[in-house]
Amino acid sequence: MEAAAEPGNLAGVRHIILVLSGKGGVGKSTISTELALALRHAGKKVGILDVDLCGPSIPRMLRAQGRAVHQCDSGWVPVFVDQEQSISLMSVGFLLESPDEAVVWRGPKKNALIKQFVSDVAWGQLDYLVVDTPPGTSDEHMATVEALRPYSPLGALVVTTPQAVSVGDVRRELTFCRKTGLQVVGVVENMSGFVCPHCAECTNVFSRGGGEELARLAGVPFLGSVPLDPELTRSLEEGRDFIRDFPNSPAFPALSSIAQKVLSQAPARLS
Amino acid sequence: MEEVPQGCPGTGSAQAGRGASCQGCPNQRLCASGAGAAPDPAIEEIKEKMKTVKHKILVLSGKGGVGKSTFSAHLAHGLAEDENTQVALLDIDICGPSIPKIMGLEGEQFVEDNLGVMSVGFLLSSPDDAVIWRGPKKNGMIKQFLRDVDWGEVDYLIVDTPPGTSDEHLSAVQYLSAAHIDGAVIITTPQEVSLQDVRKEINFCRKVKLPVIGVVENMSVFICPRCKKESQIFPPTTGGAEIMCQDLKIPLLGKVPLDPHIGKSCDKGQSFLTDAPDSPATLAYRSIIQRIQEFCGHHQPKEEHLIGS
Repeated sequence: MEAAAEPGNLAGVRHIILVLSGKGGVGKSTISTELALALRHAGKKVGILDVDLCGPSIPRMLRAQGRAVHQCDSGWVPVFVDQEQSISLMSVGFLLESPDEAVVWRGPKKNALIKQFVSDVAWGQLDYLVVDTPPGTSDEHMATVEALRPYSPLGALVVTTPQAVSVGDVRRELTFCRKTGLQVVGVVENMSGFVCPHCAECTNVFSRGGGEELARLAGVPFLGSVPLDPELTRSLEEGRDFIRDFPNSPAFPALSSIAQKVLSQAPARLS
Repeated sequence: MEEVPQGCPGTGSAQAGRGASCQGCPNQRLCASGAGAAPDPAIEEIKEKMKTVKHKILVLSGKGGVGKSTFSAHLAHGLAEDENTQVALLDIDICGPSIPKIMGLEGEQFVEDNLGVMSVGFLLSSPDDAVIWRGPKKNGMIKQFLRDVDWGEVDYLIVDTPPGTSDEHLSAVQYLSAAHIDGAVIITTPQEVSLQDVRKEINFCRKVKLPVIGVVENMSVFICPRCKKESQIFPPTTGGAEIMCQDLKIPLLGKVPLDPHIGKSCDKGQSFLTDAPDSPATLAYRSIIQRIQEFCGHHQPKEEHLIGS
């Protein structure tokens, strides 16, 4: 017997953005976190949903590991990661007894949890919900898109790195978006070059050009290239607010510009 | 079977065929009769097939983008440099099959006479084709790869996996369970966000009783091509793989520096080991490959004598 559908814990969320890749390790969680921080700095109330069941990275990036998750009448209460309560987070990471515990589940069980995650978190009023995903085009992705469909997501931010091996996988992710009717807000090319701190020579550590080429081929907007910055990595490892702490970083202008482009997409979709 | 109902309890579960979600599923009667609880006959079939394969190595991570496929490809290249060694590389990353690109293959299966490759990438007609499959269908493909491919006489079978600890990993271990896997090589990068996932992967290995040959720390340091000074692009904020291996008492097989030429070789589908034989990264790879060969040499399968050896 099915319970009557709730008007939904997502009813108070104005815009939903998925961050996808297809390729692992390109920086989806990093970009999701940085986007959330940048939107917060623009005065928005933001939620982050981390549906990477096998590798939930976001709690550590926001210094929220080990926080307890509580239930209320409408479901799970998301964890606030800052005092002003402008960023809330839900991740399977919070449900694990120990951080080293592996979630070794097959597809159907993952689907069931994701459905719960999407519909049973009491987000309240949010301007943006950023949904971080694992790499691939499988159970988690299908379950997430299906569960979010009734709420008309703004679309997907697709992340790649410059080299052909990444672009090869991300082309398939763009097909996934097309097949599931998910609009692509744009492509972000991450790890675009490294500036040597000793001599300032910029080296294309992971090859070059892939992101822009991919966006052009697929006919979707190219949102920008984010260079490699070890300070960014360090900042996330330590759960710091990179956007606030490192405005002089080479990665900062790219990240701010991407956030601005996402913000400018939103008013066009006022329903 | 194409699709499973939402909330499928699993064919091996006590609820198989009996749960509410089973109503209407075409396999309901089969599951309810207890057929799902019997071991999959494919496991024995695969054991037979694998009798001609001397050593089987899984390349795992838990974390995406740390260089599993790059490492698997170069392990294969390195082993196959001895023309008397038969090497097979199996790519079970169904959603993101990178191996064809890295090995420079469009559809052919043989890189050299003694190096063969299998990947779902070969079955896709266009580079834009997405494999949007749920778990059970992915498992079926992996079973087919292991059971239905004619591997022949192989000295080393290397299995490249996707990131995570899910269907593909469980299936690979399950289907190879009777065939003796030598062990797993686990790839990581130095920073904590990778190590976090790698610890889970090591726990997975322990749970399924898969021996761990050791850990490879990839993208260790970057050497600027201009000034030759070292930088750490992915800082080892919690001590890197070295400290993790000490804590978990697992061998650290080696550290591979970040050489921008590696990415370029992979893009061109060439072996970095031959493109840049003097690079510190090549030396690191060769040392790691040697340690893996030594491990496999010391851990010969005890019972089955190998056909043709």
